[in-house]
Amino acid sequence: MNQNPSATTELAVSATGLVKTFGDLRAVDGIDLEVRRGEVFGVLGPNGAGKTTMLQMLATLLPMDGGHAEIFGVDVKKHPHVVRQLVGVTGQYASVDENLTARENLFLFGRLLGLEKKKARATGEDLLARFGLEEAGDKQIKEFSGGMRRRLDLAASLIHRPPLIFLDEPTTGLDPRTRGQMWETIRELVASGCTVLLTTQYLDEADQLADRIAVIDRGRKVAEGTSDQLKSQVGSSTLQLRLLDPAQTSQAVDVVRRVVGDEPVLTPEAGGINVPLPDANRAADVLIGLREQELLITSATVQKPTLDEVFMALTGHGADEDDTQKELSR
Amino acid sequence: MTLLSSTSSTVDETITATTPVGAQDLRVRPSVADTFHQSVAMAWRATKKMRRNPEQFFDVTIQPLLFTAMFAYIFGGAISGSVADYLPIIIPGILAQTALTACMATGIQLREDMDKGVFDRFKSLPIARIAPLAGPAMADLLRYGTAATLTIGTGIAMGYRPGGGVLGVVGGWLLTIVAGWSLAWIFTYLGTVARSAQAVQGISMMIMFPLTFLSNAFVPADTLPGWLQTFVNVNPVSHVVTAVRDLLNDGQLTAQVGWALVGCAVVVAVFLPLSVRSYSRKM
Repeated sequence: MNQNPSATTELAVSATGLVKTFGDLRAVDGIDLEVRRGEVFGVLGPNGAGKTTMLQMLATLLPMDGGHAEIFGVDVKKHPHVVRQLVGVTGQYASVDENLTARENLFLFGRLLGLEKKKARATGEDLLARFGLEEAGDKQIKEFSGGMRRRLDLAASLIHRPPLIFLDEPTTGLDPRTRGQMWETIRELVASGCTVLLTTQYLDEADQLADRIAVIDRGRKVAEGTSDQLKSQVGSSTLQLRLLDPAQTSQAVDVVRRVVGDEPVLTPEAGGINVPLPDANRAADVLIGLREQELLITSATVQKPTLDEVFMALTGHGADEDDTQKELSR
Repeated sequence: MTLLSSTSSTVDETITATTPVGAQDLRVRPSVADTFHQSVAMAWRATKKMRRNPEQFFDVTIQPLLFTAMFAYIFGGAISGSVADYLPIIIPGILAQTALTACMATGIQLREDMDKGVFDRFKSLPIARIAPLAGPAMADLLRYGTAATLTIGTGIAMGYRPGGGVLGVVGGWLLTIVAGWSLAWIFTYLGTVARSAQAVQGISMMIMFPLTFLSNAFVPADTLPGWLQTFVNVNPVSHVVTAVRDLLNDGQLTAQVGWALVGCAVVVAVFLPLSVRSYSRKM
């Protein structure tokens, strides 16, 4: 692939057949990936799907067991040092120095990246201001909250202004407010011309941030497309029904099929039916249809599709059904 | 300039990547000057850490004081007839011993450090792979210096009058630091291969005790059985101890000093590349 150099230059990341094995486990099992310049590309998948492992291979942190990858046309295997100059990595676990203050951390990374002392200090101040950390600048990282650590971590990845940024689950474990702040920061980053490759377990995060999304499951890519394309396969929202009498399930399924024109998904609980809806307002039609047939329900909720439902729709099994694949890369 | 694709085997120092910022010429590997600056930055980090965790200095402050006094008063009469006569023998011995203990800590601390998140970032940065190892090694010169100064100081306080004069003392002091820094690469290597800091500590003890006690550090080698003498005579610590004795007591640059330096150079030549290789592999 990509033997034409002009095509390669359009891509920030171009990977074919990536493989990483840990013993018998194929953590990444032949993934192809193309990230265009200037876009936000989301890699969506449950814990242990191989997202982090894939990212670490692309960032030269893990050797590849198979496949080929280029970052802005530079071979990852052959020129790791060049790739490291092009990529900023923000890990799942904040990778800053606990013993140093925020200021000292940024100064250290600036110095390591070859900035003069003055420039390193100035860049540090700029980034602290940009990430709202000025006041905490002289605190040791030990005293930082989770959200502050993540922000500092991201700030540290931006010192050498890398054109490509890897964000590994940037908001996992953050409270909703901090999560919103993080999203805002990522959007600003993209506005400044960065290409972003991010992994996430949250469909709404991928939906909010990513131009294109790849869904990864058990080391393989199971789907790829824009958020809209993915959602069209799943429905933009889901009506979750619980029937009073589970014996009426098949009748209820018939009603749903007639009203929505789509196949509903039966949940493991008896009498539970999930109905994918192209439009949340169609929920009323389904409810009226059930009422007309005198099928009684105990509960009905309309929700955005969860990762689990995306997985159900794409792979036929739930996201957390199989946890034999643990996150082994750590 | 056109893009250098993966097929072109570049031996040049730079490679061109076409990024959104435009074509960038990027270094294929860090230059020697870059490597040095990065190591200095890492050393700066290590000294910051030392300042925040002063207990890191316990082994190089308390141990020299305690061991010098203890060994001199316990063994002095038995080995040399008096404490004063024993001091010229024991001070160089303790110098070698504290240098070894100090560099053992280098390996343990590196192992502890490597488990921390910040090492993930060090790996992802375009820096020389040796910098995270060379930085702490550089900063630890402070610890070896402290250990050597305190040992000699305690000896002098106890009545030791080095025959080598100021130059001899400075020479012995320097050789101790050089030896500590060189031998530290053995423990740095251990730090990069062992599974935990405890493992490093355990293995280091097993290396350190035979090396220091099966040497001429505390007793003259000719009092030992023949088979043991053979080992003692090839033990690099013996050479360092003898060389430091020559410098401190006689102020002479003897062949032993040369051998000690050669030994140090060999240790560095073997264990430095091993450490860097094992560190870059451990991802």
